[in-house]
Amino acid sequence: MSLLTIDDLVVEHRSPGRPVVRAVAGASLAVNPGEVVGLVGESGCGKSTLARAVCGLNPITAGSVAFDGQPVTPLGLRRRRLTGIQMVFQDPYASLNPRRRVGEQIADGLRTSGDTATTPADLLERVGLPRDFARRHPHEFSGGQRQRIAIARALAARPRLLIGDEPISALDASAQAQVARLMRDLAVESGAGLLFISHDLSVVRLIADRIAVMYLGKIVEVGGTAEVWAEPRHPYTKALLGAIPKPDGLGVLPAELPGDVPDPANPPGGCRFSPRCPMVMDVCREKEPDFGPVACWLHEPT
Amino acid sequence: MTLDITGLKMSIGGKDILRGVDLRLSEGRVHGLAGESGSGKTMTGLAVLGLLPHGARVSGAIRLGERDLLTLPPKELNRVRGGEVAMVFQDPATSLHPMLTIGKQLTEHMRHHLGLGKAEAKARAVELLGKVRIPGPAEAYGRFPHQFSGGMRQRIAIAIALACSPKVLIADEPTTALDVTVQAGVLRLLRGLCDELGLAVLLVTHDLGVMSAVADEVSVMKDGLVVETGPRASVLREPGHAYTRSLLDSLPDTELT
Ligand SMILES: Nc1ncnc2c1ncn2[C@@H]1O[C@H](COP(=O)(O)OP(=O)(O)OP(=O)(O)O)[C@@H](O)[C@H]1O
Ligand SMILES: Nc1ncnc2c1ncn2[C@@H]1O[C@H](COP(=O)(O)OP(=O)(O)OP(=O)(O)O)[C@@H](O)[C@H]1O
Ligand code: SF4
Ligand SMILES: [Mg+2]
Ligand SMILES: [Mg+2]
Repeated sequence: MSLLTIDDLVVEHRSPGRPVVRAVAGASLAVNPGEVVGLVGESGCGKSTLARAVCGLNPITAGSVAFDGQPVTPLGLRRRRLTGIQMVFQDPYASLNPRRRVGEQIADGLRTSGDTATTPADLLERVGLPRDFARRHPHEFSGGQRQRIAIARALAARPRLLIGDEPISALDASAQAQVARLMRDLAVESGAGLLFISHDLSVVRLIADRIAVMYLGKIVEVGGTAEVWAEPRHPYTKALLGAIPKPDGLGVLPAELPGDVPDPANPPGGCRFSPRCPMVMDVCREKEPDFGPVACWLHEPT
Repeated sequence: MTLDITGLKMSIGGKDILRGVDLRLSEGRVHGLAGESGSGKTMTGLAVLGLLPHGARVSGAIRLGERDLLTLPPKELNRVRGGEVAMVFQDPATSLHPMLTIGKQLTEHMRHHLGLGKAEAKARAVELLGKVRIPGPAEAYGRFPHQFSGGMRQRIAIAIALACSPKVLIADEPTTALDVTVQAGVLRLLRGLCDELGLAVLLVTHDLGVMSAVADEVSVMKDGLVVETGPRASVLREPGHAYTRSLLDSLPDTELT
């Protein structure tokens, strides 16, 4: 059975006097124990909203999220800790309390998991930081150091599901590979699941078993990492993989997607990618391709 | 305008953070700055704006044209900051005020530094939001920062930095929160501003692919020092320093078929 099952999830942001923003518009995804799923997609497509809904931090409008077969309901932070889900937030300040020493914050996590053998300094070392950083406060660190501390804090609690929302975006390439592997190893060894949200496709490729590609509130393609990488099928996935700049020193600007970035408060009809898709057909504008693993009329399951 | 950083040293509480940084930004050029996490890239940018943390001791020189920013009286430095020199912070939360609409934050600057009227400032703000690919810019104008995604906040911070047509832009990891297609748009925007308006850019990024796409010169920092600097092609293709080489070697192969 899946550890995490997201089924046709809809999450809306409502604010007075503004149109409703349907940030997640019917997304389905599963994470199995010991599995790493990479979630990628356009900035603003709803990845963080989906992750926060899984943690019970954003109310669910429709559809369902189940962790261990139990529905996830909006919970306070305390209860969430007991349920075995930990999230490393996109903004590392949101994961850390600015007024407390980082060692104390990591110790909280260790208490949650009942781990008396490990010290905060041990965890700092595992994420590649000096042991004596435990005494410092979050503002005394660089962007990348802060991200590693947020990861150490989340790992201390030994979660059964770890969600990382751009957890290592500020690290250099060699540190990224190291910390990403550490997160993967911990998940695989302990049978926990890891949902890894990242814009860095080369890191996702390095650690994810499966890749889910999101566009404007929907998962448009899911597949094994190697397969998606070798043969992306959805036109959006193709555009995404094609826009990765190469470190070849040649000064080539990568291709932009044509057309405007869509507004989730006012999504296009039919296929959500149709206004920008180079392969668009008549049917695309009329009917939404509501199927998987590739939500595109060119790849309708037979 | 050129910005010349020479022998920049900085320490906090007796701990040396910058140990003699030399960097030169020229008109119409993008200078890429890579380097180890914690090596001092952000601090170098903050030093230019005079925004170092409390208790920091600085020496060396940061020359903008004829002036040394390190010795400029606070009032004049204030005029430079946000006017001639603008910064996009690594953490967009630092660039944006949580309680003010983004429209207010964009126009406040323009009205103060450029002396624009209300309607003019608004028109320019909406145009800038479109340039950084914010969907529905006219409607977005009245929203608050928390109503945007992480990557959108970063793009709004870029728009605010560009609002007063700076001559020098310090951009600290401006595209790390963006997916690669939106990133491509922002990189094209930066390149265009350099080519057309002669903006001088310091682009801090750990992404060597980004570096390769837009930087004219590349410098690499380690432990508070610039360990390598040179034209893009030579640094990325024939790195001289072992650290640069290790960065390039650790990249998983991103070739696509
Ligand atoms: N307020 C502070 N007090 C003491 N030390 C600090 C403070 N802020 C930063 N530092 C230290 O200064 C060094 C340089 O930090 P800086 O933020 O410039 O690094 P960076 O190169 O930008 O790294 P990253 O890529 O992770 O953002 C780091 O080792 C950091 O721990
Ligand atoms: N509190 C809010 N109120 C209104 N709209 C919101 C709110 N939070 C997010 N949104 C909108 O919901 C959409 C999805 O945002 P989300 O943060 O989930 O995107 P994301 O995929 O994580 O993007 P990024 O990669 O840039 O972090 C965006 O259009 C954003 O503007
Ligand atoms: S359904 Fe049509 S418009 Fe949508 S991605 Fe496929 S081909 Fe393009
Ligand atoms: Mg996000
Ligand atoms: Mg930094």
